Amino acid sequence: MKTGLFTLVSTEHLTPKVALLHFSGNTDAISVPGQFVTVSLPGFFLHRPFSVLDWGPGWLELMVEQVGPGTAQLQRLAEGSTLEITTGLGNGFSLKDSGKAPLLIGGGSGIAPLLGLAKRLFDSGAAFSTVLGFRSAEDVCCVERFESCSGSLKVYTEDGTAGQKGRVTDAKVLQRCSMFYACGPKAMLQAVCQITDAPGELSLDVRMGCGFGACMGCSIRTVSGMRRVCKDGPVFRKEDLLWEV
Amino acid sequence: MGSLNTVLCGIPIDNPIIPASGTFGYGYEFAELYDINCLGSFSFKGTTASPREGNPLPRIAESASGMLNSVGLQNPGVESVICDELPKLRRVFRKPVIANICGFSISEYVEVAEKLDQQDQVGWLEVNISCPNVHGGGMSFGTDPKLAAEVTKAVKSATRKPVIMKLSPNVSDISAVATACEQAGADGISLINTLMGMRIDPGIQRPILANITGGLSGPAVFPIALRMVWQVYQAVSIPVIGLGGISTPEQVIEMMLAGAVAVEIGTANLIDPYACPKILRALPAVMDRYGIRSLKNIVGGAHG
Repeated sequence: MKTGLFTLVSTEHLTPKVALLHFSGNTDAISVPGQFVTVSLPGFFLHRPFSVLDWGPGWLELMVEQVGPGTAQLQRLAEGSTLEITTGLGNGFSLKDSGKAPLLIGGGSGIAPLLGLAKRLFDSGAAFSTVLGFRSAEDVCCVERFESCSGSLKVYTEDGTAGQKGRVTDAKVLQRCSMFYACGPKAMLQAVCQITDAPGELSLDVRMGCGFGACMGCSIRTVSGMRRVCKDGPVFRKEDLLWEV
Repeated sequence: MGSLNTVLCGIPIDNPIIPASGTFGYGYEFAELYDINCLGSFSFKGTTASPREGNPLPRIAESASGMLNSVGLQNPGVESVICDELPKLRRVFRKPVIANICGFSISEYVEVAEKLDQQDQVGWLEVNISCPNVHGGGMSFGTDPKLAAEVTKAVKSATRKPVIMKLSPNVSDISAVATACEQAGADGISLINTLMGMRIDPGIQRPILANITGGLSGPAVFPIALRMVWQVYQAVSIPVIGLGGISTPEQVIEMMLAGAVAVEIGTANLIDPYACPKILRALPAVMDRYGIRSLKNIVGGAHG
């Protein structure tokens, strides 16, 4: 983990609730897709955790959904502003052992950590599929980014206003995948686990305190005992989760 | 450069900066970031007789200049602390550590104290009679002077190490609890633990914390902690450790002027993991600015 100053280069509003924030700054501490960062916001005591949408040397992209006053302020931040961001937090997805037909499953703003994963799988030449689900057409975002690095991509909306009508769990590919990587609402993650026998890794989103393993504010009960989502996760293997939270 | 060393209940420490229990785990998360031997000591995660999973999530809420937690004493239990955590800690921390202990009965406090008494690494026992996030234990011992005295007496009889009683601010007369602990044989007092509070999420119109209430900490509570340290310093003659919202070297000096021989840094570690070494590095220059040559000479200095 590493804390440094990042400069907001641009903010692009993707949907009424979701914005893509592009920062410049040192990203050396980020090593694996699925890791997260915490952002220190002036006027707010706790740092906000966000999945890394994508990153490269000297730049970082975050997808920020407005859920409260902190995220609202972050979406309104003037371009050129600097913020303290702690990078390289959490374990991230494991790219090995994903088998012949890995599958990426994202729901809503939970698609964020999957883009970095998709790009790295794409670069490694893996033949993988992606399934993204949203509530409605106005919530759909980042699809073209996934299109540019996914062999097979399917988009679902619950009301059928974009892509196919239905949910990610309707996708037949769930039955055929060798391994899945999922992030999204808890109900979606649980449904995914029930519907496929394939091994999987799931990225969880919970309220955190410190974000680096000190406060025990985000501990969950797992098969192997209490685990901190921020330090031992946020990515957990399907068989480790008890779904109590 | 001014001198930072001080004495905590008979044991000399290099400086008065001590990470507070529950914000520093068993040290090694932070040892990955810096050499924690720069610290005076640190107080490890509150330890009970049996493992505890703690409270359901959410356990964290935010407030202006502070945060609420309802972790609920999640810890692996005293056996695992001795067999797993302390050996790991020995590799990264050479100094005596403060063992923070908690119980749901007097016999549990005694059991944990007896076991940790056998550990050479442990310099002091800090007895948490002030956790607001557990039911039927913790704070209920710290809000009644009689019960506080009973726990003190029982723990004292279970150990030869200095016993520091950690007090709750959720009382109307902090001096009465401190005096009761002193009379029961306590070697020191640390205060304050968190202040009980709550937040409600207007979106779902329900409390944010699953436990409904939690303990408020952070800069918001510093003036309350300072006032209570001031009062307790006047009421007792045993050493006092001041904690509650400290995040700057100036606040360390304020706390010591109010009567603290050492300070604990808590929530600041969660906001900036380098908070303690930063305060430590900045202290000498701040001391110079105020003409302070030795920290131990200013303890209680504001009382005139």
